[in-house]
Amino acid sequence: MENKKSAKSFFVQNAIWGVFLIEVIIFAVASHGTFTSGSNIVNILRQVSYYGIASVGMTFVILIAGIDLSIGSIITLVNMICAFMMVNMGWNMWIAILISLIVGMVIGLLNGCMVALVGMPALIATFASQTVFEGIAFLITNGRPISGFTKDNPAINLFARWTIGPIPICAILMAACFALGSFILNKSYFGRYFYAIGGNEEAAELSGIRVNHVKILIYALSGLFAALAGIVLLSRSGSAQTTVGKGLEFDVITCVVLGGVSVNGGVGHISGVVAGVLIIGSLTNGMILLNVSDYTQMVVKGLVLAVAVGIDCLSKKRATT
Amino acid sequence: MSEDYVLELEHIRKEYPGVVALKDVTLQLRRGEILGLIGENGAGKSTLIKCCSGAVIPTSGKIRINGKEFDRMTPQLAAENGIAIIYQEFNNVKELSAAENLFLGRPIRKGMVIDKKEMEKKAQEAFDQLHIKIDPKELVKNLTVGYQQMIEIAKAVQQDAQVLIMDEPSAPLTTNEVQSMFEVVELLRSKGVSIIYISHRLEEIFHLSDRIEVIRDGEYVETLITKESNVDQLIRLMVGREMTQKYPPREPCIDENNVVLELKDVCGNGDRNMSLQIHAGEVLGLGGLVGAGRTELAQVIFGSKQKDSGQILLNGKEINPKSPREAIDLGIALVPEDRKRHGALLGISIKNNINMPIYKRISTASVINSKVEKQNAEKYREEIQIKCPSTNQLVKNLSGGNQQKVILGKWLAADSQVIIFDEPTRGIDVGAKYEIYNLINDLCAQGRAVLMISSEMEELIGMSDRIIVLAEGEMTGELQKEEFNADLIMAYASAVADKKEG
Repeated sequence: MENKKSAKSFFVQNAIWGVFLIEVIIFAVASHGTFTSGSNIVNILRQVSYYGIASVGMTFVILIAGIDLSIGSIITLVNMICAFMMVNMGWNMWIAILISLIVGMVIGLLNGCMVALVGMPALIATFASQTVFEGIAFLITNGRPISGFTKDNPAINLFARWTIGPIPICAILMAACFALGSFILNKSYFGRYFYAIGGNEEAAELSGIRVNHVKILIYALSGLFAALAGIVLLSRSGSAQTTVGKGLEFDVITCVVLGGVSVNGGVGHISGVVAGVLIIGSLTNGMILLNVSDYTQMVVKGLVLAVAVGIDCLSKKRATT
Repeated sequence: MSEDYVLELEHIRKEYPGVVALKDVTLQLRRGEILGLIGENGAGKSTLIKCCSGAVIPTSGKIRINGKEFDRMTPQLAAENGIAIIYQEFNNVKELSAAENLFLGRPIRKGMVIDKKEMEKKAQEAFDQLHIKIDPKELVKNLTVGYQQMIEIAKAVQQDAQVLIMDEPSAPLTTNEVQSMFEVVELLRSKGVSIIYISHRLEEIFHLSDRIEVIRDGEYVETLITKESNVDQLIRLMVGREMTQKYPPREPCIDENNVVLELKDVCGNGDRNMSLQIHAGEVLGLGGLVGAGRTELAQVIFGSKQKDSGQILLNGKEINPKSPREAIDLGIALVPEDRKRHGALLGISIKNNINMPIYKRISTASVINSKVEKQNAEKYREEIQIKCPSTNQLVKNLSGGNQQKVILGKWLAADSQVIIFDEPTRGIDVGAKYEIYNLINDLCAQGRAVLMISSEMEELIGMSDRIIVLAEGEMTGELQKEEFNADLIMAYASAVADKKEG
């Protein structure tokens, strides 16, 4: 009985990897093997790395039943200011990156303060900062892209272009972020706090957790991971555009929810999110290989998000009747 | 014979993953009778009535309404077949009028628009019929809980309910309101409505019911004719064993020279001039009516609300906890009244719950020492006998009594010196109550100080060493052990009200 039950829960917990496998097989067959070629796999890893990185922060946010809509704007802003500092001001690349990361974290901090201290709904607070920082990113150059900085700073390519063996640095960075996220959730006491707050904020507070502090920390982390994702994206694209991050929060939220992190908070693991990221990454890549139009891709991704949340809500409903 | 019965439940069973909520319950409700349904908490009463309403789908068993057989109910089917349920929490819209609430979901219309006049007229008729004095135009938020409940009952009557199920209807009501509710219920019976009346208050069951059904641990026990039964018999059937001693005796262990917690003229959070002392090894009972300011006082001591003035001293040193975190680190703990909302973290494991307040202490550079974490959980599981297959079990799968023990375990792990219990045994069945009382005695023997808020007079008198009574945010009386007397406590508890009236 006990064995049967744990076997069942093993399948349920890992069903997401089954979905990934089926997806890979379908695309491999449909693309006559192009999809599973070594160069395409490396390509997929490059493509998913930035939203994989951002999804770690988003996982924390959704675990406490919050949401962060500002990360697309943070990614855009980081692209613009990092490139601006390097090209227009001629600063050292590492200093530019460091400042960019700090900016991302400060934006997250502001989000956290609006949510935790002012008590604004996360949806509205982060939606407001999305708009504000998208505007600021645009104001830096009046909407003009910044390019050419790769000539003076070839090292900026290191995240996307450089590899260790066949694996691009950005994929290694993503793996490191996943490992860090998993470590925080499972081994550090912060992880316990996240699950507690996601399960029941009031009881968490009365168990001695400083809920507001933890919330601010989580939004700051989300901003930091988004900023790191922005740097990786900048490294990949080689120029900074004012529209580069638009809508990315949508992809990231989809990955996280698809990975089994409940939008009601308190439930989820990084391993599921890894699968979610890979599924969305291969879906995008596979559809491009098969020449599916951008608009059809939108339709498919929207449906995936709806189905993922739907399954989450249905399973919750079934557990209570 | 089945035509005699309006509602029959046959061998209802409900399983949840890992838990059997109902093993086998059978219930037969005659036309025009009041059937009292009793059982300890966790016996399965709520699950059973949710099977009738369609909120819960039974794993097996039959539901028969007027001879028509169903495997399961849906909320719609239940309504169509004349089953109405009055829950403890009402489904009303506070910003709408009494009449609009009465016709909520099926308003009377004139063409496209709602016919307010007609609705108010019909509502007046409905209220008159039940001898309820409510102005149909009054907004529900301005009505007392008692009247809000009356609207729910009138709604059920409006919808031609043949079976009315009432889950603890008297719990939120004042004594006078309970009387009016009884009158309405008896009126309904005379009109041929059948009523299932669930209550913890046995005197109400005896007053109202024709027959009484007892369930225990999800199983049918017995159905008795009310006139031929007595309280002792019912308790025996509910508990399934003889209760010889309700409150375990406590070895005297008060250290009169050691004042652990002292309050001097504390004002704030609705309370005024609170002054009290608790000694090591003492249980100070806090009596009073609901809303007297007892929970509010606990919140101030525990740092979740702030005082405006006055002093709190812990072991002679002034403290000023600004948050539960600070209070916990000082050695103060609160076992709150609403266990599920404020006490236990239901979605996570016993182990995590017990260690939650001390994770920082058992971590180095934020990494949890998992060995200590596990040892802590096992230690308190054994020490306070939390019944569970493993400390990795989720707290939501435990019974109320065991959940309460987990909360207590958490505070023992945090090494709290002052433990505040707010209604320590609310919603806990009789057997587990005794265990909680024993644990409180152990706390005293260990030299901890206990502040116990209780609305159960017997519990207050049975467990306290001293009792302080509050009324409307003020202290109205203090009783030493030899002065304990229920009438006196009640007099103090209503002291302020009397003063105002007089």
